[in-house]
Amino acid sequence: MYQFLFNLSGSEIIATIFTAAVILVFILLFVLFAVWFERKVSAHMQDRLGPMRVGWHGVLQTIADFVKMLQKEDIIATEADRKLYTIAPVLVFTGSFAAYAAIPFSSKLLGSEVEVGIFYLLAVSSFVVAGILMAGWSSNNKYSLLGAMRSAAQIVSYEIPTALVVLSIVMLTGTLSLEKISQLQTAYFWNWNIFGGPEFSLAKFLLIPFMFVGFLIIYISTLAEVNRTPFDIPEAESELVAGYFTEYCGMKWAMFMLSEYANMFAVSAIVTILFFGGYQSPFGYLGNSIGAEWLVPFEQAFWFIAKGIFFVFVQMWLRWTLPRLRVDQLMTVCWKYLIPYAFLNLIIVGFISLL
Amino acid sequence: MALKTETMILNMGPQHPSTHGVLRLELELDGELIVNVKPHIGYLHRCFEKHAEAMSYPQVIPYTDRMDYLASMYNNFGYVIAVEKLLGIQVPERVEYIRVIMGELQRIASHLVAIGTNGLDIGAFTPFLYLFRDREKILSLFEMTCGARLLYNYMWVGGLSHDIHPDFVRLTKEFINYFRPTITELNNLLTFNKIFIERTANIGVLPLDTAINYGVTGPSLRGSGLAFDIRKEDTYSIYDRFDFEIPVGQGLVGTVGDSWDRYYVRILEMEQSLRIIEQAIDQIPDGDVKAAIPKRIKPPKGTVYTRVENPRGELGYFIISDGNLNPFRVKVRAPSFVNLEVFGELCKGHLVADVIAILGSIDIVLGEVDR
Repeated sequence: MYQFLFNLSGSEIIATIFTAAVILVFILLFVLFAVWFERKVSAHMQDRLGPMRVGWHGVLQTIADFVKMLQKEDIIATEADRKLYTIAPVLVFTGSFAAYAAIPFSSKLLGSEVEVGIFYLLAVSSFVVAGILMAGWSSNNKYSLLGAMRSAAQIVSYEIPTALVVLSIVMLTGTLSLEKISQLQTAYFWNWNIFGGPEFSLAKFLLIPFMFVGFLIIYISTLAEVNRTPFDIPEAESELVAGYFTEYCGMKWAMFMLSEYANMFAVSAIVTILFFGGYQSPFGYLGNSIGAEWLVPFEQAFWFIAKGIFFVFVQMWLRWTLPRLRVDQLMTVCWKYLIPYAFLNLIIVGFISLL
Repeated sequence: MALKTETMILNMGPQHPSTHGVLRLELELDGELIVNVKPHIGYLHRCFEKHAEAMSYPQVIPYTDRMDYLASMYNNFGYVIAVEKLLGIQVPERVEYIRVIMGELQRIASHLVAIGTNGLDIGAFTPFLYLFRDREKILSLFEMTCGARLLYNYMWVGGLSHDIHPDFVRLTKEFINYFRPTITELNNLLTFNKIFIERTANIGVLPLDTAINYGVTGPSLRGSGLAFDIRKEDTYSIYDRFDFEIPVGQGLVGTVGDSWDRYYVRILEMEQSLRIIEQAIDQIPDGDVKAAIPKRIKPPKGTVYTRVENPRGELGYFIISDGNLNPFRVKVRAPSFVNLEVFGELCKGHLVADVIAILGSIDIVLGEVDR
């Protein structure tokens, strides 16, 4: 898309700004949808109706809430470190926004074709930790501090199993580029990495169980990275009130929520790209069969967003079903179970791909 | 040279989502480890005992409602039994049966909140709402009977404020049939959930001797393995006519007396309460719901102490009468207050996250702690 806009306008700056704007609009729309969706999912799981008043089945509820948020007084506690306190939400949001730059929504709609895409994504998403630590520290509140410390420990730990699973995919595909990984799993769903990749050989069938294990590991650790139940310990409502953003209100608070929901989609997108064919359709393209080539990128974007939203839905489903773990148990899950299994999985996948 | 370290004081409450009201906990932390806990109470003190001295005997009943507001029926029950004993009157059979049914329905309703909030504190939001949905059904039965959903003022000295609704028996039976399967559903969803067990098994173990030394009663004591229930030990009303068991903690998933045991005892108790209601509901005799007592209740001089098995433990009323219209003194032995004492002991050496799991398993109601 950047290339298209660059050709159209002839100016790098305009192309960059427009590309960023499209992604930002997508994030905002997605968050508006996801907040409503989460409330509806939780409500229907709990024998409730959820928001019903604003618009059809409450679809406009999030917009109403957002308007309310804009009108709120921006309070900064007297004892807070004002500079860090103001920077923190921006930093957190920047981290999750920047991640979207490398995500290919379709073969045409992608912010930037980074050759080391997956590496960039992992690096940028851990950027969020700095913001969270800043928020916790600068609030000068013990609950915030505890929440921030927990969060930092958790996110840093769970990067490792994520990275190990990513490595196994990188070994299989031989590329770090998200765009190329998506391209490889083309056409039909049995070519997706979760089904052993596009190459039809003995290795494909041997890989299937290990790819499932890899998928489970990365899905669990991404749940932890975005602080969702059962790993929502940093913001454990019943223990730490709201964790690192306890003291925040109004738009600053909204920034944290925005980035939380943006992250939910971002990690789902990673899982989709690595294991579920990225933007590839599971059944081939309508555009190709009726001869309308221009339709294909739109179909791809549809499939990508649909897959992403499905994984976001699973996250919500888990959240409203499971209780939460304790801090030490969380670390145990990561270091004693996920990392060894991820290592083992990496080695086995390595051997199989040598076959 | 060792680094200089110091512990951190964390003030939990009185405005905190999971202190079950206005309890303030002063936690002394080493990192996230609890070194010491100091509960501060009194934020909800309403001078119940002093008020009672200025009221006539029947006027005290609405005040007892407001102590343990999740088990109002049972607070009424204990108080009216005490006054009736002081007066030396016998209430009609029908009243006794209805009182027991109401009391046991109240016990289920109260345990539903206890279990639900215990799960909620650990992060399980959905079971909490399922249990509140079921509690609503009990509250509707109460509403049908006396018009109130929380503070009933239903049991009066010498009788009841209203007779039961004609549909009450049928609806109660329907409720029993509806509720049995939901206990199974709850067990599948929360009780035997791996994460829930991880969070509560071996956490806040209360050894039996400590429990007895602190005077802990109710499900918390039974969770430690002692089958002590006043309904059996010092039977009152007509509890001796029913066949039920006293569930105790057995350490199914951890040590005897851990948070999970206290939690599970409540679930088993709900099943026993259902059994009692089933037996009682068919036997309600016909008759009046008010004994023939004088309009002005004026007990003779003397003292009385009665105790009943409230959903949270031993609820005792000590009443001194000097022969006037007002009681000279009403002293309440509140189970939540006594059970809270042992809380600090349970938390030592655990993490901050465990504090709320333990507090939820003790199940206190601040209205009763402070009175």
